[in-house]
Amino acid sequence: MMSDRPHPILIVVTALVYLFLMLPLVIVVGAALSDTTYLTFPPQGLSLRWFYNIFEISAFRRTIVTSLQIAFLGTMIALLIGIPAAYALNRFRVELPKWLGTLFVLPILVPEIVFGFALLKSFTVGTGAPIFLALLIGHTLIVLPYVVRVISASLASFDFSIEEAAISLGSAPVKTFFTIVLPNVRGGVIAAFILAFITSLNDVSVSLFLTGPGISTLPIQILAHVEQFFDPTVASVSVLLMFLTVAVMAIVERTLGLTFLAK
Amino acid sequence: MTARHFWRRNGATGWALTAPATLAVIGFLIVPIGAVIAGTFMDPRGIFAPYISYFNSGFRTTVLFRTLQISALTTIISLIFGFMTAYVVSRAPGKVKSLLIVAAVFPLLTGVVVRAFAWLIILGRNGILNQTLLALGIVNEPLEMLYTQGAVIVGMVYLFVPLMVLSLVGVLENIPRDVLQASSSLGASPVATFWQVLLPLAVPGLIVGAVLVFTGSFTAYATPQLLGGERQTVLATLLQQRAMVSFDWVGASTIAAIMTVITITIVLAMSHIARRINPMAT
Repeated sequence: MMSDRPHPILIVVTALVYLFLMLPLVIVVGAALSDTTYLTFPPQGLSLRWFYNIFEISAFRRTIVTSLQIAFLGTMIALLIGIPAAYALNRFRVELPKWLGTLFVLPILVPEIVFGFALLKSFTVGTGAPIFLALLIGHTLIVLPYVVRVISASLASFDFSIEEAAISLGSAPVKTFFTIVLPNVRGGVIAAFILAFITSLNDVSVSLFLTGPGISTLPIQILAHVEQFFDPTVASVSVLLMFLTVAVMAIVERTLGLTFLAK
Repeated sequence: MTARHFWRRNGATGWALTAPATLAVIGFLIVPIGAVIAGTFMDPRGIFAPYISYFNSGFRTTVLFRTLQISALTTIISLIFGFMTAYVVSRAPGKVKSLLIVAAVFPLLTGVVVRAFAWLIILGRNGILNQTLLALGIVNEPLEMLYTQGAVIVGMVYLFVPLMVLSLVGVLENIPRDVLQASSSLGASPVATFWQVLLPLAVPGLIVGAVLVFTGSFTAYATPQLLGGERQTVLATLLQQRAMVSFDWVGASTIAAIMTVITITIVLAMSHIARRINPMAT
């Protein structure tokens, strides 16, 4: 069992686990392609009508736009504040206290649903701030840990003496950062962007409380739709989201290789 | 005064660069959550009144224990299958290994709503599983699988097995094969090698994985909502109902406080244990 070749039973279990992981997703794709008005698998006849239906329901159109906006803006803000933080954590490791690194992963440690509720209660209700702003802040914070961790990981293998050499040769620090440091962690930045964007796009727990008149996100809309109608539209939206995921994974695979995600 | 002097290794620059992110986390995460928890102790009925009324309600204590039970079972099942799978993945040849990792990452990146919805199609009254069982003549009438604890656990295991596999593959890869070979060449049986060598070395990874899965399932919302419904209310769905349906802000805040305290206690306790029993000090 412990020789290099795993025991056949282990291989069978692994195969079953992967079947368990993949089969439900295959079923969703099948249900999305069905031409019946109810959810069924295998599909009775193939049709793309449920994909058109997504765009005919205005709530889906609206929430897709909101979700993409929030995911993009939230990720950009998280990069803007997270890259300097990750840089400082690595560059000034000796000078900065250890808890600072823990602080930036805190948004993953506290229950998301509690965070969403706290933003609603203390921020939206307390200050009367617009929902869109609260939603944006919530999403920025839940993706911040991914940004800081992924970029820290790529900075960990960067040799800061290169930067010091450039500076001692007269290059301005800010210019040095943009011409020497940043290009070296480009892969990390792309990976952080993608991870953050997908995390934000799929978030339920934080967004749950931060919806209001006219503002909701796609996963929340999907939840509401499933509870009212049990039709293949949701399967089609799901397939659309999966396509997006595949596209994004293809980009990561090309730039970095996916194995880094297991680190 | 040149730029060179400004950019010396000094704490001030470090603090300045981390300031925006630090302020964001403190201002928008720690302060709001702190305010919610502090608010539960300012009840006019007395300092612990919301907690006393929480634990006096049979329904609400049932929900707490149900949530703990679902999370514990999800964690154990994910640990067992995740460990076996991660072992095979970590010993697979290069190309196969990458493919298996990609196949584990893909569901992970597919949103929780989509993944819970998939099980809705499978476990429903007219779902695929019931249709198959009826066609095979195993059952005479459709089984009620949805809105049971089993349905919630299956949905949760589905969410967390990939996470468990990914956090264990890295750990298992780092265990040198020589150690295992040495064990068996010195006469240890495969079972002994597993219990006395492999498992202890993998403990840190198992703990990290268990913490991720337990806290994740303890606070999950979409899966218990879709697959468990009203019959399997958990803390997260109860919190949402209290706040958005009953407008019971005190009740919702109390649940939020209980969830936060339990989650953070588990994370701290487990990382403490992991540090103490890690046989390969990193």
